[in-house]
Parts: sequence; C-alpha cells; structure tokens
Amino acid sequence: MSADRLIAYALRGWFLVALFFIFVPIIINFIYSFSPSRFPTLPLGGFSTGWYELILNEAPVPRAFGNSLKAGVIVAVISTFIGFAAAYTDYRYRFLGKNFYLALALLPPTIPVLILGLVMLMFLSRVSLVGELYSVVLAHVVYCIPFAMALIRLRLAQMNPDLESAAWNLGANSWRAMREVIVPFTLPSIFAALALTMAVSFDEYLIAFFVGGLTETLPVRVLALLQGQVSPRINAIGSVVFTISMSLVILAQILLLTRRSGGRSIAAGGK
Amino acid sequence: MSEALLVLDKVVKRFGEHTAVDGVDLQISKGEFLAIMGPSGCGKTTTLRMIAGLEQPSAGEIRLNGTRMNELKPWQRDTPLVWQNLALFPHLSVLKNVEFGLKMRNVAARERRERSMNWLERMGLAEYAGRNIAQLSGGERQRVAIARALVTEPEILLLDEPLSALDAHLRVRMQSEITQLQKQLGITFAYVTHNQSEAFAMASRVAIMNGGLIQQIGSPREVYRAPANHFVAEFVGSNNILSGTVTALEGGQVTVQTAWGSFNAPTPEPAPKTGDALELVVSADLVAVSDSAGAEGNVLSGELISEEFIGSIITLYIDIGDGIVFRAQKQQHELDALDYSSGRKLFASWRPEHTYVLPQI
Repeated sequence: MSADRLIAYALRGWFLVALFFIFVPIIINFIYSFSPSRFPTLPLGGFSTGWYELILNEAPVPRAFGNSLKAGVIVAVISTFIGFAAAYTDYRYRFLGKNFYLALALLPPTIPVLILGLVMLMFLSRVSLVGELYSVVLAHVVYCIPFAMALIRLRLAQMNPDLESAAWNLGANSWRAMREVIVPFTLPSIFAALALTMAVSFDEYLIAFFVGGLTETLPVRVLALLQGQVSPRINAIGSVVFTISMSLVILAQILLLTRRSGGRSIAAGGK
Repeated sequence: MSEALLVLDKVVKRFGEHTAVDGVDLQISKGEFLAIMGPSGCGKTTTLRMIAGLEQPSAGEIRLNGTRMNELKPWQRDTPLVWQNLALFPHLSVLKNVEFGLKMRNVAARERRERSMNWLERMGLAEYAGRNIAQLSGGERQRVAIARALVTEPEILLLDEPLSALDAHLRVRMQSEITQLQKQLGITFAYVTHNQSEAFAMASRVAIMNGGLIQQIGSPREVYRAPANHFVAEFVGSNNILSGTVTALEGGQVTVQTAWGSFNAPTPEPAPKTGDALELVVSADLVAVSDSAGAEGNVLSGELISEEFIGSIITLYIDIGDGIVFRAQKQQHELDALDYSSGRKLFASWRPEHTYVLPQI
C-alpha cells in the first residue's frame, strides 16, 4: 500500500472519530430522552415520553420556547432584509470606503459573544431597552445580519452583472428589475438566510442571557434548569432544540445547493 | 429630407480622466443596418450603451426621431439591446424571457403570450417555450435573446457583438439569419463588432471607430476600397501602405517616389503639390506576383518570408526592406506556375489605377 493511500485512510479514520465524538453525546441525549428512568442506565428501562410531557407542563419551558421561536422568526426576517440590502449595495455600487463598509458589515460574528453580550447589555440599558424580548431581537439582529449578507452576496456574485441592466433595457425600472430579476435570482439564498439566521438566533445563549433579563429564551432557560439539578428533562429539551436548529441549517444548505448549478451555467454560457 | 431616425451629435463620454468617446457624430436612418467596427477600447460599445441609456453622455446630444434622449432612463426608451453574453434571465423559462419586455409595458397576459409565441415560432423555438435557458444550445439562446429584444417591435435594435460566443460555423449561419431578419422587418439595426467579415457581410453601412472617434463611415465597399486615413487602411482589409513624396503630376496621374521605387497613381481630389508627402494604399488582392522582372505598371521586389493558406486563398508575405512586409493575396490556382518557396526573390506588381492615395491630413 502506498503512503498516499495510507494517509488517505488515516484521514478518513480521523474524520470518523471526530464525527463520532461530536454526534455520540447528541445521539445518547436523544435515546435517553425517551427513557423512563431518572438516571441513564443500560440496558434501557423502557420507552416513555414522560420527560417531554413534563417539560410541556412546566410553565417556564414552553414560555421560553415560545420566546425563542418568536425572536427567531422576527430576527430572521429583519436580519435577512438588512443583509440583502447590504449585499446588494456591495454588488451594485462602487464608492469610497467600500472595503471599510464591508469590513464593518461583516464584523459582529468576529467579536467574542461574551464581549458582544456585555456591550449590548451596557448600551441597551443606557437607552432603557433592556430586559424585554425586543432587546434580544435587537441584539440578535446585529449578530445575524452578517450571516444573511454573506449568503446573499455569494449568490449575487454568481449573477451575470448584465442581468439587471438587461431588465432596465427591456423596460423595467429600478424597482421592477429588483422585483422581477434580482430577488427571484437570489431567492434560494434569501430562504437559506432566513433559515440560518433563525437557527443562529434560536440557539444563541450568551447574548440572550445578558440582554434578556427576566425574559428567558430557551437556551437561557435550559441552563437555568441545569444549574439547579441535572434532570433528564434536559435530554428532552436538547433533542427538541437540536432537531429544530439542525433542520433549519440543513434546509439552508439544501436551498443553497439546489439551483446553484442553473445560475452558473448561464454565466459560463456567456463566456 | 427629414432628420435621420437616430442622431448622435458631438457625443462625448468620459470616465474620470479617460475619454472613451470623443465627439461622435453619427446618423442612422430608418431601416438601415449599420455596423460600428473598431478594435477593443475604441469606444464602440460605450457608444451603443449611450444609445440604450445605460451610460449618460458627458457632452453632446442623442436624438431619436428628433427628440433629445440624454436624460431618459434606460427603461423609458425603446432601444432593446442584444448583449454580448446574451444576459438571458436564468430563473425564467424561454417564454417568460421573451415576454419580459411586454410584461414591463403592462401588456395583458393573454396578448403577451400570443405575441411572444409568435416570435418564438418565427425563430423556430416554439417547442422550447417551456424550457429552462440552461437547456438550450448556444444558437438557440442567441435566437431567444433576439426574440426577447424584438418582441416589443422597437424602431431600432442594438446588438453588441452578439455572435462572439459562437463557434465559427454557427456564427456564419446566425449572420445570414440576422441579415434576413433585418430585411424582412425593416427595423434599424445598429451592430457593434470588432470582426471585419461580420460587419462587411451584414451591414449596409459601416462606421469605423478608433480612439473614441469615428474614422470613416460608408458602404463596406467604400471603406474597403477607399479608406479615409491611415488607421482605416491598416484596420480594414489587408492593405499595403507605402509612404513617399510627390515628384510629378501629369495627365491625371501622380508619381510618388518611395524607398521601394517610384509608383504612379490616379491623382486624388484635392490634388497634391510636388514635394508633398503621401501614403499609397495597395490592396493585397490586387497585386500580381511573378519571379521575373518586366511586369507593367508599379513594380517592387523583395524576399518571400512566409505564406499562409486560408482555404483557396494564399497570402504571400514579401520582405521589401525598411521593415515593411508587403502582402499579396492570390487564388491558389493562380500561383500554380510559380515557385514560392521561402527565401526566393519575387516581384510584386499592380496597376497604377489600383493604387489608392490616402487623403492628406
């Protein structure tokens, strides 16, 4: 066996080990969320949805879940809209300080969340906007815009730069060209951005913890639960959160991958 | 006579320090096929984009049917453009692409469909109506682009090197399709290209541009046989250019002394004076080649350095000294009797009346 193949197998093995360590806790989480006993035992003591019923009936958890869901949806819509606008500005215009503008627009995720959360708390409390669900929404929008912008920019970069002018040339004014050409072309990435920003907001903990005050989102509630006692309810909550976040991220991926080929081949056809 | 359909009046376009179009005067009449030709960067595409309103002239005026157009937005004009990269909408079907212009003009859905289908039928694309653009071949896309531009029945169609992405065979076929379409419709076509054979084959008039200026406008024949200046003579056809001084003017002929001999040519209008510097143009296809001296008319000699076959035509490259390579283009059978191996001394001759004197500047 040649050294190259050996390395290839070793890398593959390493990859599988990494995947194993990432997913095993989550899968175990899943399995034990359906176990009736208080402590993880082998073999499993049976099948029960008891923990799920328990979290449903425990008032703070559904409320926190509702908060997370509401915040997630609103954050997704606002940050995707602003992200689109930022990406389009980058695509369409050339202006002085554009690189600075881009750097600024993409900055928030590069700042440690701890610092971002603290600073947000300080700022929002100064302007008396702290402790409500909209505080979480505001902070999360700031954090999520760059994700939306990055995704939509990616799609715009694949667009034939003459398409918009072609729409004008055929009688579409700026707004109609936007509606008939730019938005439909970027639609997959817009949906992807909606899904991804919602996922990011849905399981973001630190910022929500700092600015939310008594308004708890799900991750905040879960950690509060854990601090009191390690309860198998966590397994149930974790499974729900994981399923929702992963579905959103996978949805974003699917949206980005399908139809990408279509845009490419047209661009290539013009060469 | 009333004013032409489209008039460009001393149109200038500057991009910062760079002047792309430097005072273009151009009149395009109704129903004509005008080709704007020039090397890349000569300002031809910018000129076309200004007509479409995609660029604003820095100075001068563009008039369509006598109305000033400068301030009109692209969507307020009816000057559809066929793009070099076609710019078809990848997210729309073939039919929706063609319908686009009508939809923007708020034509009712039913009429829109009917008119677009008519165009697709005309272009032989009816069965592709529901297809995605990505599923079409290069030639089919080309036709969709033309149908999309013509569906609003404009007075003028602008074409920006639309055939440059096609292979040679398909290009020739599309050339004749476009020419026929233009004749049938009687719509004015303004066609930008850097390809001489394309321009000459299709257009009824050719405008040669260089350095942001129009160097010459005329029929392909005029431009080919009577270039207006050194640039046109060099850019168009395969011309030999010889510079020299006038030594005599006699009987309608001018005698010009050059580094390669003394040549006669018809006296141009206005007539030059003895001692004037002139440039003579000899089209490569009007040159006879022989391996012995003694031919009539203007003769020069040199060493054959290479030859080039293009189908039945052979181009001979003869080094005549002073860094000038003289070209002679012949049908292959005309050279059957001649030994044209490299390094041989050859004599090139042409008739005085086939010599063209470039106008003095």
